Order: sequence, then structure tokens, then C-alpha cells
Amino acid sequence: NMALRELSSLEKYLGLKKPNKYSTQGDKKVPVLQNNNGPPLVGLVTIACHLVKEANRPELLGDSAESRAVVQQWLEYTVTKLNSCTKEDIKTILKDLNLYLQDKVYLAGNQFTLADTFMYFGLHPIIMDLAFQEKEQFVNVTRWFDHIQHYPGVRHHLSPVVVLRNRIYTSRHH
Amino acid sequence: MKLFVSEGNPQCLKVLCALEVTGVQCDVHYVNHEERVVPFLSRPALPALLLPSGRHLFSPNAICRYIFEVNGQESSDLCNQWFFLLCVQIILTTTHHFHYLPFPPFLSLTISLPLFLFSGKHKSVKAWFDHVAAMHSCQSAAQKVLQGKGLQGMKSYMQRQPAPQSSQCRDTQPCNSSPAEEEGERVVSEEDMNAAALKWSKGLNADPLSKEKQHPILPQEGKRNILVTSALPYVNNVPHLGNIIGCVLSADVFSRYGRLRGWNLLYVCGTDEYGTATENKAREEGMTPQQICDKYHVIHSSIYKWFQIDFDFFGRTTTEKQTEIAQDIFWRLHNHGFLVEDTVEQLRCENCQRFLADRFVEGTCPHCSYPEARGDQCDKCGRLINAVELREPQCKVCRQIPVIRSSKHLFLDLPKLETQLKQWLDTSTSTGHWTANAKQITRSWLRDGLKPRCITRDLQWGTPVPHPDFKEKVFYVWFDAPIGYLSITAKYTDKWEKWWKNPQQVELYNFMAKDNVPFHSVVFPCSLLGAQDNYTLVSHLVATEYLNYEDTKFSKSRGVGVFGDMAMDTDIPSDVWRFYLLYVRPEGQDSAFSWADMAMKNNSELLNNLGNFINRAAMFVTKFFEGCVPAVELQQEDKKLLALVGWELQQYIQLMDKVKIRDALKHILNISRHGNQYIQVNEPWKKIKGVGTERQRAGTVTGVSVNIACLLSVMLLPYMPTVSQTIRDQLHAPQSCVSTMLQGTGTFVCALKAGHRIGTVTPLFQKLETDQIEALKKRFGGQQGDKVRALKAQKAEKAVVTAEVAKLLDLKKQLALAEGKSPEPAPQKGKKK
Repeated sequence: NMALRELSSLEKYLGLKKPNKYSTQGDKKVPVLQNNNGPPLVGLVTIACHLVKEANRPELLGDSAESRAVVQQWLEYTVTKLNSCTKEDIKTILKDLNLYLQDKVYLAGNQFTLADTFMYFGLHPIIMDLAFQEKEQFVNVTRWFDHIQHYPGVRHHLSPVVVLRNRIYTSRHH
Repeated sequence: MKLFVSEGNPQCLKVLCALEVTGVQCDVHYVNHEERVVPFLSRPALPALLLPSGRHLFSPNAICRYIFEVNGQESSDLCNQWFFLLCVQIILTTTHHFHYLPFPPFLSLTISLPLFLFSGKHKSVKAWFDHVAAMHSCQSAAQKVLQGKGLQGMKSYMQRQPAPQSSQCRDTQPCNSSPAEEEGERVVSEEDMNAAALKWSKGLNADPLSKEKQHPILPQEGKRNILVTSALPYVNNVPHLGNIIGCVLSADVFSRYGRLRGWNLLYVCGTDEYGTATENKAREEGMTPQQICDKYHVIHSSIYKWFQIDFDFFGRTTTEKQTEIAQDIFWRLHNHGFLVEDTVEQLRCENCQRFLADRFVEGTCPHCSYPEARGDQCDKCGRLINAVELREPQCKVCRQIPVIRSSKHLFLDLPKLETQLKQWLDTSTSTGHWTANAKQITRSWLRDGLKPRCITRDLQWGTPVPHPDFKEKVFYVWFDAPIGYLSITAKYTDKWEKWWKNPQQVELYNFMAKDNVPFHSVVFPCSLLGAQDNYTLVSHLVATEYLNYEDTKFSKSRGVGVFGDMAMDTDIPSDVWRFYLLYVRPEGQDSAFSWADMAMKNNSELLNNLGNFINRAAMFVTKFFEGCVPAVELQQEDKKLLALVGWELQQYIQLMDKVKIRDALKHILNISRHGNQYIQVNEPWKKIKGVGTERQRAGTVTGVSVNIACLLSVMLLPYMPTVSQTIRDQLHAPQSCVSTMLQGTGTFVCALKAGHRIGTVTPLFQKLETDQIEALKKRFGGQQGDKVRALKAQKAEKAVVTAEVAKLLDLKKQLALAEGKSPEPAPQKGKKK
């Protein structure tokens, strides 16, 4: 189950001592976390935000009202658009993200947040499938993706994606 | 801070409500639905919030939360969870969660739209919703967004939303479930249930429709008389799947359905045989045109027979009747002054020594610059053109540039008939079941302005023009071919005029692909109107879009796609081909034939859904009740099922009446889905081992199920006639159920009563295995051609390319021989400058 692997990856990033036990519900196997303080938490993003607060890293959800809203927006985008998109949608998503990331280091601007982690998880299979020309076409997305996959502690369950063309000869040789 | 919203957009409700409740200061701008406020998003997203920093928020939930946070109210984990749940799914079942909620006002906003739709079954949800809806802020926001128009106010927003796509689940197989399953449960009232149970008890009609048709079928007083035509296939092209679904198969489904409904229906079609293509082919093969037509007519006939197309008559255009009727219409048009004479410049190929027919000239379209426009119609923009208008024309046979020569010709004066045509069109398109594309195409034709249309040609193989000044000429195929419908009927019965000169009693349905629309909606009706002989004109024009093959187009020359004769050659039964083609019938837009998809639909819908249900139901009768249908005692739950099934049947009938063939099919599959669920829930295989009421229950469930199977066999008849009959054979069902079930708005009765003995039950469908499908895809994929093209594009080594080209030419030779054609390669296409 992809969602559970992502949560486990996040736990490792956050350095949580004891990994949680998750159950799932429904056909789509939505993750569920039993909560001693109240009703169970349902949903990948909900649980992820909860873990972040538990690990006392609130800055990962944004450090201002605006940033927090932006982070939530991209988390929602990942869950709703990325996880159920068609081939045509993929091109649009890459185009939009490419334009958005033109002047930003991270999705929330200048700070690494949970939005980057989950967008990285969600885009991984798509970026992996892109040809080199396409990676070059969406240069900002590729730059951001390469940055996040190398960010300390982020990549656990996913394979690294090569983004640079392997030039055997530099242009000087011809 | 600026908020951008659009009227009638339900997503804006929550954000406006949030502003009202919190009182946060914000400029609100009303814009159009298409406005792209957020600079980096390709598609418009509203509502959108421009933040003080210059950044944008385009998620309605994020906007709400921001507004509340600015006002000092942060949202808890639980609230966040609701936000996400509501993005992803509509909650109707988790009512117990509402007890935990500390009722934050802003939460209600996110639920506002979905709950417009629910039925009020869940009392605690409804109470809570009513409370929230009454809040002043909600009322005010609703007013702003809907402007008092209620749900109607959302129509223009909803129409812009993209159609739901089949989504890719991330780590599971592509979902096999159809959209109908995800709709959620239909609400069934007490009334519906009792009505359904009553119908059920009525039983079959006493006098069945006689199975054998009485030929000749003629219009009868007091009945609905329906004449169905399918566009006449051109004789020397082997039809491909796109041709078949567009024309004969669609008309066949509707015709079979119509007969089940008790309409007095005649379905005619035939091969369109005149024209230069046949002339040329005859020359190539060293036969006379008549011989070519004889040979290919038989090929068409056998293909349609294999596809179980139940024509009442399948004829040809090369008959004396055709000459007689066409010449009669011609003289009438002439005598009424609707023909104009003119000298025409035509393209003549000096090399080939003849005037070039439109399809033998290729050039650049004068309107849209498409480089492969044909001499009569541009494939790209669809406009009709005269061959001389083409830029850079070439003779398709020898590639020489043709010269222009003058010749006298006759024209049908369409402008003179325009008023009459428009008057008739207004009535026909508004009262009949014309498909949207047919209306659209016709409208744009009229808008472009009608011009006189040439109806004669300098050729030999065609209907001769009887006028002494035009002795050496024949009728242009598009004037002459639709008259084929009449002459073919005339060969069927000498009382053909009872169909064709009887608009008061007859409704005419024309089935075709969209490229034929203008001829059927403008040119031919004008010929008939001008002839002034009380001709029957088309009441319902049904046109399909194009069926593509995998990602590309069918192409005989490239060996791409499945042609009728090849379909016969696979191990896949005719009914399965019919089912799949109808499932992907290109109605509102082009669709594509896909081998993988066909396998998937066969395995999931036919095998696992339909076949599984019918087989299980019948097997229970065989195994647990010694082959006799058990007694049925209807409980509430069974009545509910009867009502649901009755509703689906009703929808099926409503849709089929309007020729919505593809949509109607879904309702058949819904019924068997309900059936499968009913069996799963009731577990008759367990209950049969119990005693008394448990056994009774098993009997009832089995009895109801096997009767549903009987109903399904009738609904399936228009689509899969063999399977339909097989089901009835296995169940020993009386033929009268065929005539009863589709009467009125649908009459689902108990056809197989207690004690009825059924026959031997065997599986109806076979699984299509992946390797089988892969092999077929390879066979029909024109792969060798693609391979050569790819190699050339990669500038591969010459020797490699040459070897592959040799393979390709050899395959083409084999194909030609198999088709009985000359194996000589066609002349190479010259490179255009």
C-alpha cells in the first residue's frame, strides 16, 4: 500500500522513535490511525499533519497564515489531482507546476514543507517516466524534484530518478 | 486581499460564507467562469484569493481556512480531516461522527454542495444541515452565488466542468467498475415497490408477436410505421469496424429493438455500386464493372450476415429500378424548373485520358489549406468543394497535373429550394430525434449559403442522364446514391411507394456517419422536395462520430485496423464484437477501438457481470431445485429489487426510443449488477442447507434471479441476438416474454413461474486472455509499416532499412493476394514541393 509506505517514510524523516500501526478502510485502502484522544484519524494528509505536530515540527506546515494555507492547498492538490489523473492531465499539471516553480525554491516559497514531501511522492512515478527532452521541457519541476529527492532524510522508499542527461562528450570534442 | 468568484459556481458558496461569518475585510470581484485569475494555472480555477503577499490560493478549502485563521480561528485535526474527506468522497454513511463534532461554523461550508443532493435518509445529518442552512451567513452567500435561481443557477458552471474520466488508482489495477456503481443507491419508495410487485404478478401476454416476419412489410393503419435505412456502403471497399458501427450495426440494433416494441418496421440497405472507383478497379482486375460489383456485393453481404445484421432486404444500386426512379425524379426537377445548365470546367488527366472524378483528384483545400483534400470534400474541414478549386491538384492515379477542360453540366438549384428546405428542416429537427452533430452540421451548411450543386458527370459507369443534350453523361453519385434507398425498396416490394410517398404514415430514420450528413439533410431532401411527389423525408437523422483504431485511423493501405472479413477470422464470437462496438459507439465524440479494452470489457462486463449472474441464477435452479423454478414469496427486499430493476428497464426504453444506444446498454449491465449483489447478500447457496423459511428464502431469491435473467435476455436481443436466444433456450423460456417485456414503459413480469422446468445450463461467455489479445493486436497493427517508418526516421543503416522495406512490400503483396487484388505495388507518391 503506497500510502502506508509514504507515512513510514515520513516517520523516518521526522525521526519518530516508535513507528505507528496503521489500519486501512474502504476499497481505496485509505490509511487510518487510531487516536487515544478521540476518534480515529482518516486520510493520508490528515495523518501526516498530525505526525508533524506530534514530532513538534510545526514549521513543516508553514510558518505564517499564508504559508499554512499554501501548504494545505498543495497537499490537497496532490491528493485530488495527482492521484487520479489521466495522461492529458499530467501534461497540464507539469505545465502549471513548471510555471509556478519558476521563482520558488520550494512549493511554499523559501521554506521546505510537508507539501514538498508529498508532491515529491506523488510526482515520482510521473517524473520517472519522462524522457530527457520532457525533463528539460519542464526544467523548473525537474530542478525542484532533484532538489527534494536529495534533501536530507526525505527519500526512503523511492528510487532515485536521474534527471541529467549523461553526456559522455562535452561540446568541446566536436 | 482580493477574492475572485463567479456566479452560479457552488465552490464559491463556502468562501463567501466564510467572509460573512468572520467579517474579514476583503474585496470581492465577480468574473466569468473562464477567467484565468491564477497566472500559473492553465485551466480557470474559481474561487481564487489574491493574498497580500501577491501569492494566490486556488483551493476553496485553503481559502476558507486562511480566512478563519486570519480571524483567529485555527482548525483542528478533525476539521482538517473533514476537509480532506469532503474533497475526496461524499459522506453519507458516517453519521455517527457528527456526535463528536464541536460544531464549528466554518466546517458546514465545505459540506454545502454535496448535501444538496442527498435524500434525507440520515436524520442526524439532515437536522444538522437544516440548522446550518438557516444561518444568515449561509443564506446570504447562497443568494450571492445562485441569485435566487436555485440549482438552475449552477447550470452554466456545471456544463463547463470536464466529463468525469476513468481515473488511475495509484497502486491497484485500473478500476473495472462502471460509473453507475459509484452513483450510490437509488431511493425506492413504498409506492414503487408495490407497483413493481403488482406488474410482476400479471404474467405474460396472451398473444405473442409472431416470430416469423411476414414479407413484404408494409405500413399499416393504427401502427407506428418506421422505415430504417443505413447509409449504403460503397461496394468495393471492405467495410472496417468504424463503417460497421457507424451505419449497419447501429441501424440493426434500433431495428431489432423497434420490432420488440411492436412497431411496424422495415430495415433496408444495400451496396452503392456506381462511380469511377469501381470503373478503375474493373480495369485493374480485367473484369467488367458489373462483375466487380457482383463479387464485392457478396463480400459485403457475408460480412453483415456474420455480424447478424437483420436487414429486411439488402440490395444494390445497379438495377433498372434505380434508373427508372432516378430518371423520374430528374425529369420532375427539370419540369419544375429546379435544374440549371452551365458549362463547367473540369479536371482532365491527359495521361489517363479521362475526366477525373472527384475522388481521383487530390490537392490543397482552398479554405483550410489541408494538403490531402479530395476533389469533392475536404477531409479536414468537411467543406464541399469543386475539384477545380483545389490548389496544386494531382491525378491520384498517375500523379500528373490535370488540365482544365470545359463541359456542359446540369445543376440542382439548391438556392431556389432553400426556403422550402428550411421550413421542412425546422419541423423535422425540432420534432425528430436528430443527433446533435447532424443538426450542427446542417446548420453550418445553411449558414455558409447554399449553391447550385452539379448533378452530372462525364463518366460511363452510372445511371444515364436521359436528357438528349447530356446523353454521354451519368448522374453524380451523391445525387443518385440516396435514390438507392428507394430503388432498393422497390426491388423488395412493388408497393414501395407506400413507404416512400407516404409522409403522413411513415417515420423515416437515416443512420450514417457524420460525413454523410449534408447529403441526407440538404441535397437529397432538396431533390425530393423539388420533385414534388409527396416523398417521405427523413424524420430522424442519426449520425455517429468517427471510430478510431487504437491511437490512429483505420487504413487499408497501411494494413492498420480490423476489417469486417478479418473480424470473422478471429476466435471472438460475433455477439462479443457487436457488444464491444456498441459499448464504444462514437456518439457525442470520436471514440477508439482498443484490443486491450475489448478484452477488459468482455472479461469484466460480459463474463464477470452479465454471464456470471445469469449462469449462477440458472445453476441454482439446476443444482438446488432439481431443474424446476422454485416458489417465490416476495418480501420487502425482493420488491425493492423489482422496483430497481423496473426503473432500469424504464430508462433503457426511454433511451432506446431516442436512439441512445450506448447509454441504454449500461442499464442492462446495471440490472445484472443489482442481480449479483442480490445473490451475494442473500447467500442462497447457504440458505438452501437450512430448513423452513431459510429454504423458502433461497427459493425466492433463486426464482426472482432467474426471472431477471429472462428479462435480461430480452433487453439483450437488439445487442447480442445469439446470446439472447441462448439464454432463453437454456431457460426454456416462452417466446412470449420477448413481446411482453418491452411494452409501454417496461413490463417486468414473472415469466418463469414455480414448477417451470429449465434446460441445460452452460456458460455464455469465454475469457479473452492477454496473450490472445496481444497476438491479435500485433496481427492488425500495421506494425511492419510502423517499423519501417521508425527506422527511416532514425536514419538507420541503409541495409537494415532495405531489408525491412522488403518485408513490408512482401506483406503487402500477401495481403493483396489474399484479398484477390493485383499484387503490383501502387505508383510511388511524388514528393510535393
